[in-house]
Amino acid sequence: MRYAADPPAARLTIALDELVAIYHRPSGATHLLAPPAPELLDALAEGPADAPTLLARLSRQFDLPDADPQAIAARMEELVIAGLAWRA
Amino acid sequence: MRHRFSVQVGAVGFRIGSAWRGPIAALERLYVGYPKPDVPDMTVRLFPEKPWRRFARPSVAISGDFWLPDAAPLPLRQGLLAAEMGMNLQVALGWRRHLLLHCSAVERDGRVLLMSGASGSGKSTLATMLALRGWRFLGDEFAFVDLEDGRIHPFPRASSLKNEAVAAVRSAGGAVGPVLEGTPKGMIGYWRPPEIAIARMTEAAPPAMLLFPRFGRPENVERLAASETFMLLTQASTNYVSLGEAGFGALTRLVQDLPALAIDYPDGEAGMMLVDRLWGET
Repeated sequence: MRYAADPPAARLTIALDELVAIYHRPSGATHLLAPPAPELLDALAEGPADAPTLLARLSRQFDLPDADPQAIAARMEELVIAGLAWRA
Repeated sequence: MRHRFSVQVGAVGFRIGSAWRGPIAALERLYVGYPKPDVPDMTVRLFPEKPWRRFARPSVAISGDFWLPDAAPLPLRQGLLAAEMGMNLQVALGWRRHLLLHCSAVERDGRVLLMSGASGSGKSTLATMLALRGWRFLGDEFAFVDLEDGRIHPFPRASSLKNEAVAAVRSAGGAVGPVLEGTPKGMIGYWRPPEIAIARMTEAAPPAMLLFPRFGRPENVERLAASETFMLLTQASTNYVSLGEAGFGALTRLVQDLPALAIDYPDGEAGMMLVDRLWGET
C-alpha cells in the first residue's frame, strides 16, 4: 500500500510538548499528533511511498533499529482516517 | 422596536430593542456610566413569543443577528436575563475580531490571570472576589484574545453570579443587585464592575497565568501540559473553528507561553489564598 499527503506547505505545525498541533489548511481542521505521525507526514514530502520506503526515509534522520514497517503502516492508516494522508 | 438601549462593553457595541420597557430600564440601571457605541456591532431583540404574549403572561423571546432556534422564552420578570443571554449569544456566535475563550479575566501589575471552567467551577465568583481585593476586572464570561499580539482585551460586563455565589460575594463586601429568582439557572445576581474597570475597558494586557478552577473540592494543584491546555481551550472557545488559521495561531501562541494549572479549592477564601500564592510564584 502506497500513501500520499499534501505538501508541507498545506500544514501549519507547532510542537507544543510531546504532542504536535497541526492546522490542516485544505480542511481547516486541527489535529494533535504524537510521534511518529508528524515525521511520517514530513517524510511523504519526497513523494508517495509504502511503509518500508517511509521507514527507510525516517531512518536517514532518526536512529530506528527496531522499527517495524507494520507499525508504520498502522500509523499511516490512522493518518488516512484523520484526513491528513490518503492511499495513493 | 418600541424600547431601545445601546452600550459599549470593551470592543463590542450592543444595541438592544425590546417590546417592553422593563428589560430596557433594568439595563439602563445596570450599565449606567458605560460608553455608548458610535456604530453597534451586535443587535439583540426581545419580543413577545406570540403577539398577545406582550400583555398576557408576557413571555420574552430572544433573537438577534445570530441566534439558536431552540432558545426558550423567559417570563418578563426575567427580561434582564433574556437581554444578557442575548448579548452573550451574539458575541459567542458572531464575533470574529478576537479569539474568544469562555474565561473570566482579572489583571494585576499589567498582567492578566485567566480562569476557565464550566458553570459552577467558580470562575465568575473568583474574578469578582479578586476585583473586590484590588485586581482590575476584565470580565467573567469571555476573554478576547488579540489575534496579532495575544493580549487580553477587557469585556467588563456585569458579572452574573449564580446561587451560593451571591452570598459569597456579598459577604466579601460586594454589592449584588438586581437578583432574579427561579431562572433556568437558579438564582442569578448581577454584580456591577468597579468604575475603574469600566473606565479602563479599552486597555488590553498580556496573559500571565491560566487556571482551571474547581470549587468545593479539597485543595489540589496540577500543572497542565501545553497540549492538554490547547485541547481544553479549543473546547472553551466559541469561535476557534470559524477563525481558522488565525485562531490556531493565536491559541498555539497562548498555550506555549502561559503557565496553566488545574486547581481544586474548598471555598472562596481558600480559593483567594491559593490564587495569591500561585500568582506570586509566576
